[in-house]
Amino acid sequence: MLVIVCPHCGPRNSNEFTFLGERSTRPAVAATTPAEWRHYLYFKNNAAGEEDERWFHVSGCRRFLDVERDTLTNEIRSVRDVGEAAR
Amino acid sequence: MASYPTRYSALALLRKGATRSDWPRAWRHHDLRSSYDVVIVGGGLHGLATAYYLARNHDITSVAVLEKAYIGGGGSGRNTAIVRSNYLTPEGSAFYDRSVRLYEGLTEDLNFNIMFEQRGHMTLAHSDASLRTMRWRAEVNKLGGIDSEVIDPAGVKELAPAIDVSDRPRYPILGALWHPPGGIVRHDAVVWGYARGADVAGAHIHQVTEVTGIDVADGRVTGVQTSRGAVAAPVVINCTAGWSTLIADMAGVKLPITTRPLQAAVTVPVQPFLVPVIVSGTLHVYVSQTARGELVFGASVDPFSSYSSRGSLGFTEGLAGHVLELMPGISKMRLLRQWAGLCDMTPDFGPIIGPTPVAGFYVDVGWGTYGFKAGPVAGEQVAAMVANGTVPRLIASFGLERFEQGRLTAEKGAAAVGH
Ligand SMILES: Cc1cc2nc3c(=O)[nH]c(=O)nc-3n(C[C@H](O)[C@H](O)[C@H](O)COP(=O)(O)OP(=O)(O)OC[C@H]3O[C@@H](n4cnc5c(N)ncnc54)[C@H](O)[C@@H]3O)c2cc1C
Ligand SMILES: [Zn+2]
Repeated sequence: MLVIVCPHCGPRNSNEFTFLGERSTRPAVAATTPAEWRHYLYFKNNAAGEEDERWFHVSGCRRFLDVERDTLTNEIRSVRDVGEAAR
Repeated sequence: MASYPTRYSALALLRKGATRSDWPRAWRHHDLRSSYDVVIVGGGLHGLATAYYLARNHDITSVAVLEKAYIGGGGSGRNTAIVRSNYLTPEGSAFYDRSVRLYEGLTEDLNFNIMFEQRGHMTLAHSDASLRTMRWRAEVNKLGGIDSEVIDPAGVKELAPAIDVSDRPRYPILGALWHPPGGIVRHDAVVWGYARGADVAGAHIHQVTEVTGIDVADGRVTGVQTSRGAVAAPVVINCTAGWSTLIADMAGVKLPITTRPLQAAVTVPVQPFLVPVIVSGTLHVYVSQTARGELVFGASVDPFSSYSSRGSLGFTEGLAGHVLELMPGISKMRLLRQWAGLCDMTPDFGPIIGPTPVAGFYVDVGWGTYGFKAGPVAGEQVAAMVANGTVPRLIASFGLERFEQGRLTAEKGAAAVGH
């Protein structure tokens, strides 16, 4: 099983986490058109290779994490707490 | 050199046996031409069926199927071969009903035994909510002329004695949706049958030929770049399932698809004891017994997107627990193999078939975990669309534009686990 090294809890099996998908930028909610909004909701990059994504450590520290993963090999390059990433 | 093509029959078998002569190859090797009328990217069931119907129904034979590895090496050779039409929406069930009917005649049509066994398809209900959806599905199906009904636990026991229908607090079996025309097919045979049929009709199948670029000029597709050189074509059809966003990106077309692995497993063969296909959406598991006696198990997609088709122990553990919940009697059976394939998931569990903003560039993708059963009808309809230049009514609600227009289909309830 894929092992994710949580910055708070250490190495844990991926089934402790919820995959929230690729990170993308939400359009300005007050100014967006329906078509733009739907594009944001439905269209992802689906890259074969490096992907920036968000995971939630649901059965652990319950923190949200930013993860860099290679989708061809599932190799994880980095895991950071979203708070830390924003800083 | 044996004559080509040889019609398969009992007589041909006898003659070949008596004379010990070789069977000719089922499909031939050709040089890659510098141009074709139609280039199909992806040699899975969808690409091959499209090539077959372009030739057979529309006399379009300047067709190349470009496959980066070997035909049927994608989802088409890795699926659990369930065929059914008891979907939730009227447009979904009408579409899949056409496919079931094509499957019923396919062995004759292709002169290739595809071993379609209509053993019946049973979706178990463990809650009042799922009983309600099943009643709804049964009524939609009946209106469309599809054999589909809700049965009670006694009916479940009668059709599948191995299922534990005893009263229990966790996952009780309250009833089931019963669909007699559903069943399983020999998936490799379907792929090979269409490949042979397309080849006989004149299409070229090119294996080990990877598409690396798509040429677009003035908003129109003009051809593809491949690992074996450039090929010009006014029509390019993307039939690459799990890899489809990569191909669409080459043409500058965005697709609302993410790629997820789906795993399956098979046991050692045992005496026949299970006739229908059994599905439990709540337990995320389904099982059928093949003609060879193996139990084939499947589940829902892996919990994160990936292009890696490695299996995981987590899947096997979950699967075993869930299967034993339904059939405690098989606890001593041994698993033989497990594997994974890539699935092209859409937000609404509906396929994406039709033209794109790039003229001449079509897609037949978004087949997720349920596209094997759709191969014949999709091939037939895509061929008609390309030949006639208009989108046939049967696939009109599956266009790419629905995501920008907010007209999503609503098949999740009937497609998420019960592929
Ligand atoms: C474990 C599992 C169980 C399933 N069970 C069922 C089921 O019971 N019933 C059902 O109806 N469906 C099922 N499915 C789904 C079904 O298998 C797929 O929807 C279907 O096979 C898709 O067929 P396809 O021809 O579109 O794609 P594929 O068969 O995946 O073919 C796509 C092809 O494109 C090729 N390709 C990719 N990139 C390139 C390139 N750059 N150049 C050239 N070629 C390229 C690939 O090599 C591949 O051969 C299951 C899938 C899996 C993985
Ligand atoms: Zn943690």
